Amino acid sequence: MAGLTLYAFGDDTMNGLALFGLGVAAMLGLGVAGGAADEGMRIHAMLFAGAAILAVFFLINRIYEPKVSLAGGPDTIDYNDSVVRAGAIASVFWGLVGFLVGLTLALQLAFPVLNFDTAWLNFGRLRPLHTSAVIFAFGGNVLIMSSFYVVQRTCRARLAGDLAPWFIFWGYQLFIVLAATGYLLGITQSKEYAEPEWYVDLWLTIVWVTYLLVFLATIWKRREPHIYVANWFFLAFIVTVAMVHLVNNATVPVSLMGSKSYIAWSGVQDALTQWWYAHNAVGFFLTAGFLGIMYYFLPKQAGRPIFSYRLSIIHFWSLIFLYIWAGPHHLHFTALPDWAQTLGMVFSVMLWMPSWGGMVNGLMTLSGAWDKIRTDPLIRFMVVSLAFYGMSTFEGPLMAIRTVNALSHYTDWTIGHVHSGALGWVAYISFAAIYFVVPPLWGQARLYSLRLVNVHFWVSSIGIVLYITAMWVSGILQGLMWRAYDNLGFLEFSFIETVEAMHPFYVIRAVGGLLFVIGMLVMIYNLWRTIRGEVRAEAPMAGTAAARA
Amino acid sequence: MTYETIAGLAKTGGLIYFVVLFAVVLAFVLWPRNAEKFREAANIPLKED
Repeated sequence: MAGLTLYAFGDDTMNGLALFGLGVAAMLGLGVAGGAADEGMRIHAMLFAGAAILAVFFLINRIYEPKVSLAGGPDTIDYNDSVVRAGAIASVFWGLVGFLVGLTLALQLAFPVLNFDTAWLNFGRLRPLHTSAVIFAFGGNVLIMSSFYVVQRTCRARLAGDLAPWFIFWGYQLFIVLAATGYLLGITQSKEYAEPEWYVDLWLTIVWVTYLLVFLATIWKRREPHIYVANWFFLAFIVTVAMVHLVNNATVPVSLMGSKSYIAWSGVQDALTQWWYAHNAVGFFLTAGFLGIMYYFLPKQAGRPIFSYRLSIIHFWSLIFLYIWAGPHHLHFTALPDWAQTLGMVFSVMLWMPSWGGMVNGLMTLSGAWDKIRTDPLIRFMVVSLAFYGMSTFEGPLMAIRTVNALSHYTDWTIGHVHSGALGWVAYISFAAIYFVVPPLWGQARLYSLRLVNVHFWVSSIGIVLYITAMWVSGILQGLMWRAYDNLGFLEFSFIETVEAMHPFYVIRAVGGLLFVIGMLVMIYNLWRTIRGEVRAEAPMAGTAAARA
Repeated sequence: MTYETIAGLAKTGGLIYFVVLFAVVLAFVLWPRNAEKFREAANIPLKED
């Protein structure tokens, strides 16, 4: 256990090693920048060296900071919350960035003039910026932040390592910056959700393995006999993402000084590897990880244990063993052999069971306390996120059935499906978790305003509904127009006619996106006032004991 | 080894593997002696702060 041995070293040794490592990293960056084969690599190498030099500066500052003594008596645990606080801020910041880029893209689709005729802001380069910003920057920071919060509290142990959690946090931010600037520079592997090139992939691998070791080492020194189910989900998320990332990014760089690389797999094997990766990014990054969040924060906020712990174990094992096989449903009617397509389809349909088992488990936790949906806006976010989890995990298998896929694939229906999961499920459970952790992390008794949480809830819910209904209609319309034949067997519509027909729905979608961004701004305002320690004088939520009094 | 042999092995093997795995999970979950352990585990989040 490298994490444990490193943990056993004294602070001085670790600081020395870290300074040495940063020095080597800075030299490496400057060296590569000097001899870079292309402009993109030169910029990235300089960014890398700059980050290493900044880190040296902050590390030396940290070494000379007075040590804070570990608080409390022998029974209190001194949780490492500073890195969780940083994670909460990063989550909110990247969330806003990702949503804003998404809104820009929605407007570009409705009004192509907004591409501004420049390569940098063109739809093709902004799209991976949006997907990576919302999935990896927003979602990833929420996952790292909340897994660190949850694992410490459910294990009743301080997060392992002193520098390692900070290395994970800042190393992950550097990964995001390298990926995002790369897209704008035109550096891409052209693999969906795996666009960053070989050197950024290697950097993420180092950060991710450290994440795994810190998580495992914290579980290792737990004071609870049992490993709570949320930690199982977080662990499955960390391990599986590492596995699919490594296999899907097995590339050979053209030059060690250049950004371009080629994948080791060829043809349909590459396509299958890519969608095995991408679907497990959905299954483990966007599902298993956020289920970990749900299994901790829902019982916590509702004040009652999960409906059935037994069901949660069945949920876990059947979900992780089925998800890994569902990827081929992205390759229906392609060169992939039929049996592999059928396999992907069958496993997708089987996923209905664990997904709905998990949803029922979450919702039934509120049985006997349903009034909380009326009185507690955080519960409202959680319950609606579970409803969207159930809805999108019903819709997904449906779309994975080959005959349905013949209509839905390559249309906006897919985009609608993804956003009902991403906005409804992932973002809502994230919002609830962020609203939950911010007051205690900054030592406040409560949020600035529960009514503003309610405003956020309604504004963004209307946004989601506009978004997904517009995409259902436009997607099915698009699919039907593409397959319409006249009585002589010619296609009824030219492609541009189908594009024109989409316009009103693209405008509705952009309005939905705008509402979602407004909701996010309301959240940021509310959190900002909360952190400053203010409490809004407001009437309590209807139906609460305080309102009745 | 023809394609048919490998596919046949994979299909039957896969079927047995998943059914056995699921049966083991069910047995573990429903084993009466584990009930108390699960009840305690379910209450972990409510213990702290």
